[in-house]
Amino acid sequence: MDFSFTEEQNLLRNSVQKFVQNDYGFEPRRAIIKSESGWKRDNWKKFAELGLLGAPFTEEQGGLGGGPIDTMIIMEEFGRGLVVEPYLGTVVLGGGFLRHGGSKAQQEKLIPEIIEGKRVLAFAFAEPQGRYNLADLTVTAKKSGAGYTLNGHKAVVIGAPWADTLIVTARTAGGQRDEKGVSVFVVDKKAKGVSCRDYPTVDGLRASEVTFENVALGADALVGQADDGLPLVERVVDEGIAALSAEAIGAMKVLNDATVEYCKTRKQFGVAIGKFQVLQHRMVDMFMHYEQSVSITYMVNLKLDENDTERKKAASAAKVQIGKAGRFIGQQAVQLHGGMGMTEELNIGHYFKRLTMIDTMFGNVDHHLKRYASLD
Amino acid sequence: MNIDFTQADEAFRTEVKDFIAEKFPPQVRGKSRNEYGGRDDFLAWHRVLYNKGWVAPSWPKEYGGTGWNSTQKYIFGEECAAADTPGTLPFGLAMVGPVIYTYGNAEQKKEYLPKILSGESWWCQGYSEPGSGSDLASLKTTALREGDHYIVNGQKTWTTLAQYADWIFCLVRTDMKAKQQEGISFLLIDMKTPGVTVRPIITMDGAHEVNEVFLDNVKVPVKNLIGKENEGWTYAKFLLGHERAGIAGVARSKRGVERLKKIAAAEQDGGKSLLDGADFSRNIAELEIDLLALEFTELRTLARESKGGHGPEASILKIKGTDIQQRLTELTLEAIAYYGNPYRPFAHDKMTNEYVPGPDYSHGAGQNYFLTRRTTIYGGSSEIQRNIIAKMVLGL
Repeated sequence: MDFSFTEEQNLLRNSVQKFVQNDYGFEPRRAIIKSESGWKRDNWKKFAELGLLGAPFTEEQGGLGGGPIDTMIIMEEFGRGLVVEPYLGTVVLGGGFLRHGGSKAQQEKLIPEIIEGKRVLAFAFAEPQGRYNLADLTVTAKKSGAGYTLNGHKAVVIGAPWADTLIVTARTAGGQRDEKGVSVFVVDKKAKGVSCRDYPTVDGLRASEVTFENVALGADALVGQADDGLPLVERVVDEGIAALSAEAIGAMKVLNDATVEYCKTRKQFGVAIGKFQVLQHRMVDMFMHYEQSVSITYMVNLKLDENDTERKKAASAAKVQIGKAGRFIGQQAVQLHGGMGMTEELNIGHYFKRLTMIDTMFGNVDHHLKRYASLD
Repeated sequence: MNIDFTQADEAFRTEVKDFIAEKFPPQVRGKSRNEYGGRDDFLAWHRVLYNKGWVAPSWPKEYGGTGWNSTQKYIFGEECAAADTPGTLPFGLAMVGPVIYTYGNAEQKKEYLPKILSGESWWCQGYSEPGSGSDLASLKTTALREGDHYIVNGQKTWTTLAQYADWIFCLVRTDMKAKQQEGISFLLIDMKTPGVTVRPIITMDGAHEVNEVFLDNVKVPVKNLIGKENEGWTYAKFLLGHERAGIAGVARSKRGVERLKKIAAAEQDGGKSLLDGADFSRNIAELEIDLLALEFTELRTLARESKGGHGPEASILKIKGTDIQQRLTELTLEAIAYYGNPYRPFAHDKMTNEYVPGPDYSHGAGQNYFLTRRTTIYGGSSEIQRNIIAKMVLGL
């Protein structure tokens, strides 16, 4: 048993850390999220130069040949910087669909463009009625000649305003919530009949409501197997959960460190407030929540390639722990910072907001408790 | 012991209901405070109540109160919440008003109270300072006497809606040598006085409600001093007691639970409503039961206070009331799921694209959850309230 990182992994962490320190301080980030586009293309180019966009792809594909632990390292450091650029949507999720389900032609066309930073992807899965059920789909792709015709509405598609390509889940057969009959498509955002209404999100990202109106898709738009795409979707989403968990522990660490530091320096009643036992115990609880979250993040990233049931259980367990810990740490970091913790001009609230939205993404604590219990 | 309403109470309830139905100002109907366009929206309901003589139920009748008994006040609060009326702002009516009619002189009562009632004067609260939050008595803003004036220097912060205020009531230090609590005075300052500067603080939800107020050589007439010099801490504590009494927000939270149930009934989960699922309805039930207990705790406290008791038990109302308000916004966000994420812009964001997706009830749900975190911080944090109970009630 060994929980240490390899030399390459330490170098990878250092290079991401350096990027966050140099280019992603609190003020530069604020400027990015307030800008018209809401992200910075130059940063994306840097990710390409650093090789980050190729981390999980094989060397034959032009990538670094990394595994879940490498993605975990990158996402954890991005979490520390609250990086908004769509690494999750493009490399982890989009890349995941291509790696696990993409045809050779799809891989050869899209993966090099992702690695070079020329193509950004977003995953359009949620629907207004679907809550966290990945198979609850009213977006349909009907067989039409050799290809399909896509219709319907996808909700809160994170990163869609920046994307060139959408990965879309759609129903090709069966009833609205049947496990069978789900298919995955790669859709060019510029295709006729695709329209997006863009908006900012509370955690500093951008999203779109995406509508498909008789979008003509070729047979080559299908990713993985027709009508049997749900296992692929679940696998990629579980990998997304593992990556989000890593992002979350990065954010939690910043909040915990900042809170301890603040309580050491903020004086009330003639002493540093960190001298009050009730606050000490609160911070100890925050610390324990963090440590438990680190553990479960390692666990899920080590189990991503096990059988479906083991992988699902690991992902749900991680999402539950991360959701609970993120809530506690976020709320208490604000509480212990007092009024300052409530402000836009201090970083605390920004981390709290992101952790809150990480809990919602791909299912909250309640959802994953139920999923975990159902897998026993 | 009984909790029945008399026939007279029921008649009163009908009167209140009819009044609200008839007079609810259309300009703020269906709007939350975050959607108000400005000062006029905040005052719309205040003016309606003032014209009816109902704007200050808690004030003694001689100063413009309604003369209602505690049951009537309770019914009035319930009906306002049930109809989702705007609240009246506490700074004049619940804070400085009671201080003035309790400790002010005849001239001050005549000068200030009528304008608080009518809404002509908008007040804000100059208590907290950057270095003095929970430890309020350590405040550093000074007021030095020069002839008929005080010269005030310092900085106040977290000043809610100071951007609209005509007046600020301030705690200032008038004796630098005395023990902390003994050198403080209670001073009324006209916001138009030279040297008063307001700077906005944007909170993490994007709203502009709180401000910093800078006081730079502000010349304040001595006649604006309330009560005696260096006895301001007594008045401040009196006011904090008042602030707590209304802070449980039971009636509003009851309305919030109803709204949450409607949202949960509208949200789909696996083909049925979220409310029909065991997990979420259990969460709501737990919250509702806590609220029910708090409602009776509040009624017991009110009954005790009407007999002249005014205990630190009020801290329970603040702690539990704000805990429930926070859980309410938390569960609402949970119910809404992904549509809690879109940002609902404010007028001051000056955004060209003001599109907010999702059902109406989802708009701003995330932001509301974030903003409500302040309730366990302001007006004496939950930690400070527990200290009060530990010390004053349990004798620890």
